[in-house]
Amino acid sequence: MGVEGIGARVARKEDKRFLMGQGRYTDDMSVPGMRYAAFVRSPHAHAKIKSIDTSAAEDMPGVVAVLNGKQMLDDGIGNLICGWMIHSKDGSPMKMGAWRPIAHETVRYVGDAVAVVVADTLGEARDAAEAVVVDYDVLPAVTSAVKALEAGQPQLHPEAPGNLIYDWQIGDADATDAAIAAAAHVTEMTIVNNRLAPNPMEPRAALGIYDSAEDHYTCYTTSQNPHVARLVMSAFYNVAPENKLRVIAPDVGGGFGSKIFIYPEEIVCLWASKRSGVPVKWTSDRTEAFLTDAHGRDHVSTVKMAFDANNRITALKVDTIANFGAYMSLFSSSVPTYLYATLLSGQYNIPAIHANVRAVYTNTATVDAYRGAGRPEATYLVERTVETAARELGVSPAELRRSNFIRSFPHQTPVIMNYDAGDYEASLEAAMKAADWNGFPARKAEAANRGMKRGIGMSCYIEACGIAPSAAVGSLGAGVGLWESAEVRVNAVGTIEVLTGSHSHGQGHETTFAQLVAERFGVPIDSVSIVHGDTDKVQMGMGTYGSRSGAVGMSAIVKALDKVEAKAKKIAAHLMEADESDIVIENGALKVAGTDKTVPWFQMALAAYTAHNLPAGMEPGLKEGAFYDPANFTFPAGCYIAEVEVDPETGKTKIIQFVAADDFGNIINPMIVEGQVHGGIAQGIGQAMLEGVHYDPETGQLLTASYMDYTMPRADDLPSFNVSHQNTPCPNNPLGIKGCGEAGAIGSPPALINAITDAIGNNDLSMPATPQKVWAAARAAAN
Amino acid sequence: MAKVAMTVNGRKVSKECEDRTLLVHFIRDNLSLTGTHIGCDTSQCGACVVHMDGKAVKSCSILAAQAAGSEILTIEGLAANGELHPVQAAFKAHHGLQCGFCTPGMVMTAIDMINRHGAELDEKTVRDNLEGNICRCTGYHNIVKAILAAAQEMGAAGRQAAE
Ligand code: FES
Ligand code: FES
Repeated sequence: MGVEGIGARVARKEDKRFLMGQGRYTDDMSVPGMRYAAFVRSPHAHAKIKSIDTSAAEDMPGVVAVLNGKQMLDDGIGNLICGWMIHSKDGSPMKMGAWRPIAHETVRYVGDAVAVVVADTLGEARDAAEAVVVDYDVLPAVTSAVKALEAGQPQLHPEAPGNLIYDWQIGDADATDAAIAAAAHVTEMTIVNNRLAPNPMEPRAALGIYDSAEDHYTCYTTSQNPHVARLVMSAFYNVAPENKLRVIAPDVGGGFGSKIFIYPEEIVCLWASKRSGVPVKWTSDRTEAFLTDAHGRDHVSTVKMAFDANNRITALKVDTIANFGAYMSLFSSSVPTYLYATLLSGQYNIPAIHANVRAVYTNTATVDAYRGAGRPEATYLVERTVETAARELGVSPAELRRSNFIRSFPHQTPVIMNYDAGDYEASLEAAMKAADWNGFPARKAEAANRGMKRGIGMSCYIEACGIAPSAAVGSLGAGVGLWESAEVRVNAVGTIEVLTGSHSHGQGHETTFAQLVAERFGVPIDSVSIVHGDTDKVQMGMGTYGSRSGAVGMSAIVKALDKVEAKAKKIAAHLMEADESDIVIENGALKVAGTDKTVPWFQMALAAYTAHNLPAGMEPGLKEGAFYDPANFTFPAGCYIAEVEVDPETGKTKIIQFVAADDFGNIINPMIVEGQVHGGIAQGIGQAMLEGVHYDPETGQLLTASYMDYTMPRADDLPSFNVSHQNTPCPNNPLGIKGCGEAGAIGSPPALINAITDAIGNNDLSMPATPQKVWAAARAAAN
Repeated sequence: MAKVAMTVNGRKVSKECEDRTLLVHFIRDNLSLTGTHIGCDTSQCGACVVHMDGKAVKSCSILAAQAAGSEILTIEGLAANGELHPVQAAFKAHHGLQCGFCTPGMVMTAIDMINRHGAELDEKTVRDNLEGNICRCTGYHNIVKAILAAAQEMGAAGRQAAE
């Protein structure tokens, strides 16, 4: 490992611009003639639009245009789509209702757009938006997915009778039922996975610029995957053909999944720019973000876990109802199916698994992937159930897990996944040691002397990252491939540009990816630039989500580097009159092994471009591209332990320690990886103890639409974390990388709830475990 | 519309703006200093923190007109000749930022905190004082570390200067 190569804790190249206030986010962009958009949004959860009167708004100062959904329809702008086809168990395709970027007939959730105002200033746009008069015929609304399935409930889409989008299953129902019938013990639970608002700190924004001379559109947008945005906006929404649409995702202030999807607003900004003849910028405010960003989770499940007389798990049966909100967001259908149910085996050897999943429309914001996407729901379900089983069986939770761990690899689960490698025991041991698990009883006794209730809980998670290969996901219904692309350009002076289809919105690609190149060619990372996020610069890419940038994005770079290296060696061999196979690259030079013959890297690069002296028949230049399609998912896994202290008088829970032992395979930059884990844990603690989206069940009003009502984890809610790594390399990609972006959010919620329920002696506790709920549960246990 | 004049990052500025213009919009839109961010509409995230007459303020919570005549320091005014301020340098060294969106507000809040507490800062005080700044990326772990390290360094420097 060099000081800047693989494994080095290199400080980030991108930091300086962010620290100096020179980051360039979408809302920072401004172009000549630019105007501001404000949306008129439905105040009702469900209503027919009777009429829209824009006359007063049109006369307001500064107003350029007031546009509506009918005009958008007339201009041929298509419906928003869900890009992953799921078939119900009866073979029928999922029932997708129409989602218009601007509603013109029916609104289906509070925040549904009904018109947009373009004006000279943001203030004027908002004033005029308030002057748009919409006459609604208000309809009854339903916000709970469980309730929406019942007879007589409001119906959202004619395409989906009973609000049912699909009724899907995976695994062997008969084998599972038989194992449960024969079991020595069955643990049964109802598990709710609370609805969350992703809340990247940068709200969504879009700037649409139409160039009438070229009939060309440019879209600056807060996207995790600008190329997919361009593809979808071209192919499905008929905004413009791909060669006439440039999508740029500049610096993006966090995503966590919520910026994967293509939302109405960016389409509207592009369309409105053409319609009104001015560049149009829209920036979400925080309340709009709560109302319209795709939420995460919102599952209600029942589970049965069966054990034999030796406490071996023999079967798992799950029934899940997933709330999809008012429309099917871009990847919503994949989350409670292939990203969730396929992980229900956890780290355990379970011979029979069956899961049934129903996806349901309700009068709420859309629900789609949020950090972990399906895997936190699976992990929470499995790890709460295993913990509960340990309590029921009267055995140690660590022992019960240990005795059920998968220990030989590859391991085929009953739910599609083939785990390639892992050492679950190693992470469990590391976490228990770091947490001084064995010293817990003494600490509990000490706390009890102070009238405090201590609890300890663990969670052994598995996740699947770098979702692939493309042919396999295609056969499961994915509308896109899940490969990644890279291009490595060596300039004539030897500096290097790496173009990648991955997108960095906090992950530090500009540093990590450069480390890869530094390692390979021995050049300083300062001579390597990473280019991403612009469809005019990078031809195609799939973007960043699902912890795929390392395992998939960097593997594509490795492939391109292989090609560059091969050509560079040919050139160097020619220059030194040596055999190509004798050339080695060390410290920024190409050398003939075992001699003192050497050509500096830059000189080789210059030779490639002067082309005065190249091997016969070789093309000038040094630039190579690659597409990488992984052979399998990667399977990061780990063990998290939380220790908490509950004040029974107030229900307030203090996190005494939080230990994470993760196996991410090989690691390029441990500092960045630890940062990813810290952030993930904070979000997981948020889900477990603080966060929850609430709608009024009668009116469908969003009750948690600001930071006054939605509790974000703050610095004084959290401890510092104890993070360590085990490294079982992934055998399926050239770097042995597994992915680290979501683990923290996946593994932490069950550890917390297991700890709190252990402390209070009452297993009946739902997330978020607020002081009020904890207090009530502790009291119920005491009485 | 009114003309509002103030000193920003050591330079006198004077701009026409609507009466209702918030200081944060004045800074971002009228002065094109886009390093100061907007992360909420209820004055709770701290992405917009600047210094006004030497104290940290949420620039979304006051009108530009209220800041007339004051000395404003924004994130852009911290580094001298491209040389990072010790708090900026500590955030970089300790990986106290990921997406960078909360970072300007975090740094301005941190400097104010260190100005008030100096090298005496401890983890609990840092966490309490960060209550008004939300970061969704870092889990605060490395932000706290960075602030404590910067407090040590600046405190030591301050003591040296005093001696
Ligand atoms: S924008 Fe000022 S506190 Fe959030
Ligand atoms: S670094 Fe992204 S919000 Fe703090």
